Amino acid sequence: MGFERFGTVSFVSQTKVAKFVDFLDEGSVMGTKCKSCGAKYFPPRSDCAQCLSSDMEWFEITGPGKLVTYSKLMYAPSGFEKDLPYRICVVEYADGVKVFGRISSQIPDKELAIGMDLVAVPVKLSGDKVSYEFRRP
Amino acid sequence: MQKVGIIGVGQSAFVRGYEGSIRELVFEGFSEAMRDAQIKPEDIQASIICSAPEYDKQRTPAGLMAEYLGLNPQPTFYIESVCSSSSMGLRVAYSMIQAGLHDVVAVIGFQKMSEISSAESQERMGRGADIMWESPFGTMMPAYYAMHARAHMNTYGTTEEDLALIRVKAASYGQINEKAVYRKGVTLEKALESDPVSTPLKVFDCCANADGSSCIIVASEEMARKLSPKPVWILGLGAASAPINMAGRTTFSGLTCAREAAKQAYAMAGVGPEDIDVAEVHDCFTIAEMMAYEDLGFAEPGKGKELIRNKETYIGGKIPVNVDGGLLSKGHPIGATGGSQIRTITLQLRSEAGPMQVDGAKIGLVHNIGGVGIYGNVTIFGRDE
Repeated sequence: MGFERFGTVSFVSQTKVAKFVDFLDEGSVMGTKCKSCGAKYFPPRSDCAQCLSSDMEWFEITGPGKLVTYSKLMYAPSGFEKDLPYRICVVEYADGVKVFGRISSQIPDKELAIGMDLVAVPVKLSGDKVSYEFRRP
Repeated sequence: MQKVGIIGVGQSAFVRGYEGSIRELVFEGFSEAMRDAQIKPEDIQASIICSAPEYDKQRTPAGLMAEYLGLNPQPTFYIESVCSSSSMGLRVAYSMIQAGLHDVVAVIGFQKMSEISSAESQERMGRGADIMWESPFGTMMPAYYAMHARAHMNTYGTTEEDLALIRVKAASYGQINEKAVYRKGVTLEKALESDPVSTPLKVFDCCANADGSSCIIVASEEMARKLSPKPVWILGLGAASAPINMAGRTTFSGLTCAREAAKQAYAMAGVGPEDIDVAEVHDCFTIAEMMAYEDLGFAEPGKGKELIRNKETYIGGKIPVNVDGGLLSKGHPIGATGGSQIRTITLQLRSEAGPMQVDGAKIGLVHNIGGVGIYGNVTIFGRDE
């Protein structure tokens, strides 16, 4: 339990990486790294697809990363209507790790540019939920 | 190795809000394919039922369909790879026939999307991505493809007008396809003025949800020659996968699963993109067709826009694509879509495509994608000289 606190609507409650949510509470966005072969993962995973080890450790996603692509949604799936409009994106970091998420509403549309620097910042949502969003460094 | 052929094809009309149950919907595509093949249910040695299950209350639809279509006691089972389910079904049918297990197999695809509301549908479609790490942000299919459109535009200078031109083409052929759900023309202005759904994609960049069914009758070479005056042969099959999570992708200006599947299909068929006379590609969104031009090698990466600007993908052009209206105009009943694409190519290679016919088409290609490039299927078809 615990992972159901992640995001506006969560579809998964149990996972071995539920500690991700605790890290968000503490102010960090974390990925996992395989202690055996060094492979780094975001989203975090409990198991390494490279060497099949399950011996993982947490590492912090620091930045900034660069905006790879994004889109602004004018319609939303059930449960997200009140958030409209919002922008989803992919950001790539120097170590090759990519992170999917939302862009902060603090950044106006006209200032968005592919390649711009962004950092992932934990945010609190209503109903004791938590997430992260991308902001200017 | 023997050949495997298609001896019958069928498709229901693709419609909004089918007024019947899923068994009756499936009967429409199946009965047309049986009339086309001129065989009876007892001639079918196995059936493969293809759809995305979360639209139906019915669990295990294969059992229901086999009973309703008169296909007991032959084996039946279910194949799912969301939007590419029936292409994957064809791949399995091919394998079973090549293995010698069966000589005649029916690949039956269906979807009754109107069982649920549009918002519910977007939510379910969105859950065809990573529900743990992406869905909590409020994702949906148009937004994922929109991110690809943004990347393609940024990398190659593709414009919103280029994408709108793809919709204009689709609508010009949808008008002459009596099975299409959207049969109106779309002007460039109308496409460009339509409301944004998920930027840069607009309403007219998106295919319509629809209810529909399709059926492909697949046979061993011996049975195909015995039963069919004009068998269409499966020359090459390619299938591949790519990470479901966008964070695992290496590019957003193409679909790696399609590139890999195309490579396999061309190698198996012993042909190249320049040999394809007519193609059906998975244009769930206009950007998906643009990427398909490049992923299939019809154009170099970034040059897909030249194909549509110069009308090279119209009938009479270098490589006619989706001249039945595509998913954009035909509609996209998930599990039925691949079968509908295969039906179009089969009719083209039999010179029976009516006003949509590409004269003298000998080699055809079907590109069918599941999810946002999770599953890629590319299949190449040919006919006797």
